[in-house]
Amino acid sequence: MTDGPTETEARSGSEDMPLRSLQNAHDESPRYYASDDELLEFYRQMLLIRRFEEKAGQLYGLGLIGGFCHLYIGQEAVAIGLQSALDNDKDSVITGYRDHGHMLAYGIDPNVIMAELTGRQAGISKGKGGSMHMFSTEHKFYGGHGIVGAQVALGGGLALAHQYREDGGICLAYFGDGAANQGQVYETFNMASLWKLPIVFVVENNQYAMGTSTARSSAETEFYKRGTAFRIPGMDVNGMDVLEVRNAAEIALAHVRGGNGPVLMELNTYRYRGHSMSDPAKYRTRDEVQGQREHNDPIEKAKKELIERGRSEDDLRAIDKEIRARVAEAADFAESSPEPEPSELHTDVLVGTY
Amino acid sequence: MTVETQKTAASEKAAGKKGVGADGERRLNMIDAINDALDIMLDRDPNVVVMGEDVGYFGGVFRCTAGLQEKHGKTRVFDTPISECGIIGVAVGMGAYGLRPVPEIQFADYIYPGLDQLISEAARLRYRSAAEYIAPMTVRSPFGGGIFGGQTHSQSPEAIFSHVSGLKTVIPSNPYDAKGLLIASIEDNDPVIFFEPKRIYNGPFNGYYDKPVEPWKKHAQSIVPEGHYRVELGKARKVTEGDELTVLAYGTMVHVAEAVCAAKGVNAEILDLRTIVPLDIEAIEASVKKTGRCLIVHEATRTSGFGAELSALVTERCFYHLEAAVERVTGFDTPYPHSLEWAYFPGPVRIGEAIDKILSE
Repeated sequence: MTDGPTETEARSGSEDMPLRSLQNAHDESPRYYASDDELLEFYRQMLLIRRFEEKAGQLYGLGLIGGFCHLYIGQEAVAIGLQSALDNDKDSVITGYRDHGHMLAYGIDPNVIMAELTGRQAGISKGKGGSMHMFSTEHKFYGGHGIVGAQVALGGGLALAHQYREDGGICLAYFGDGAANQGQVYETFNMASLWKLPIVFVVENNQYAMGTSTARSSAETEFYKRGTAFRIPGMDVNGMDVLEVRNAAEIALAHVRGGNGPVLMELNTYRYRGHSMSDPAKYRTRDEVQGQREHNDPIEKAKKELIERGRSEDDLRAIDKEIRARVAEAADFAESSPEPEPSELHTDVLVGTY
Repeated sequence: MTVETQKTAASEKAAGKKGVGADGERRLNMIDAINDALDIMLDRDPNVVVMGEDVGYFGGVFRCTAGLQEKHGKTRVFDTPISECGIIGVAVGMGAYGLRPVPEIQFADYIYPGLDQLISEAARLRYRSAAEYIAPMTVRSPFGGGIFGGQTHSQSPEAIFSHVSGLKTVIPSNPYDAKGLLIASIEDNDPVIFFEPKRIYNGPFNGYYDKPVEPWKKHAQSIVPEGHYRVELGKARKVTEGDELTVLAYGTMVHVAEAVCAAKGVNAEILDLRTIVPLDIEAIEASVKKTGRCLIVHEATRTSGFGAELSALVTERCFYHLEAAVERVTGFDTPYPHSLEWAYFPGPVRIGEAIDKILSE
């Protein structure tokens, strides 16, 4: 841990160039070069999230998923582009309630994710967490948090623990444009920068904080600038292109792994569906959503590029078919698994019982 | 206190001389007992980290962490910004990753910005992850009144935390317990709120505020052995054995109740609850069934205070043994006053009147 006063003296009065250096590096060459196989894998993973979420939406409509369900459709490139750049043996990830995609990006079995959505015993949190609260110690995935912005401070603690243990890991802490207006996010920025914690803050800016557009909720809508007051370099990234996301991720991770403290990345993206399943999304026009789907879709973009590289449409159709079958299996599993025993109500409250 | 005196305290401790009196017994006040517990746990477990506002270089506003940074280094004992929500949130993340953070919130009154993290994250992480993750942490915080702190430096918010499933709440009343309970709390795998009654840091205040303060060294519970020991969470201490009346209390009020009963010559059985979650309901039940009468004393405001829960439990479990209605003596339902502190404080007069009433029925 750094000794505050010395660091502060060294940094004050220096130019703001370091705050823009990562952005400049990204702008110079914004797209990651993926091999054909790699690009195909990104495509497959994004498509799995898309089809999984479509199925979750259907199950919700059928009443099989109760309560809350926040779909990731449209934002797939963010989780795949970022998490593909991590060292899965070392790095930790934490996010908010729109977490299905982040779980799938790890290759976690869709069955146990879907079964958590339907609240079954076989769910990854035994049905006690639900859609918003899923975890995996195996993947160092720390959830899945339903309180807007609260996970960011936990991310700071995970990063502090990486630093304390000197285990070489970093923390990727996601939050949304809505959460970016929570006070504790800035408490965490301050501590993370002060102590040079190994953390990448990721604002997934999907343009709407529930039903309120960024323009109506935020005095500064360019969220990557919001670390400037804490001397955290910012990056403005197109979150609708998996290769741009991956490229930016590599630059940010190299900076953080170099012991230079946090980075704030803004991933500009778009969610096609409402905030949650109960949101008809009347705060935006049909044309706006349609425009994004037609011209900016991350999966279509990857598909087009694969075809340009010589992959046949039949191949891609076969992949889609295979993924649909996998998702259907997950849905069957989630429907047919038993609900938790009533006794589960009282377990896992405290470690010790009394 | 200056850095010089910090060094003196630390070197004394290193030499093992701290607080050893003429009788050869090691007698500490609560501050030194808490410092001792932290020092031992920092030595024993590399995962233990002490953090908070001014806990490092300065040694804590009440000196509970004095000398610890110097001895254990800035990585183990460090200062944080004034960001209570951030401090607790960061501690939850550290705990989830396998550390054992011991954050200090400088006054219990400052804990409210951190409630989001305590309630929605620390207390609930284990349940919603079906035990994949736990958040072991001990939030130390000085609490309670009696020092003219006014409404923002005197409150007793324990009932807020006992109401939150997934948290434990500990309130020591003396140096021996403070050390043993703090060690047990840090070693516990659940998040623990550890409230330190600041009025009794330096002496066992008995409620007679116009009389000279008695120092801890005259009190039996100030004998604090060297080294590691635990006082298990969830076990009440029988302060006095008696058969006329059961008194349930914790923190400062244990001493007030004891003084009043002694002054009145009442043969009371006083239970120091030590921890309100987990609660030693067996000890409470056994005592009330024996005496048939129960007085509950706490400093916090009355409505929905922890006394209400105790009263309900005693009534549910001991109804046919009760000779009189359960009585509560508590703070009033007002903000904690500055100038009228002793009118608010549930002191000897009000406790005495309640005892008279219970015994007359």
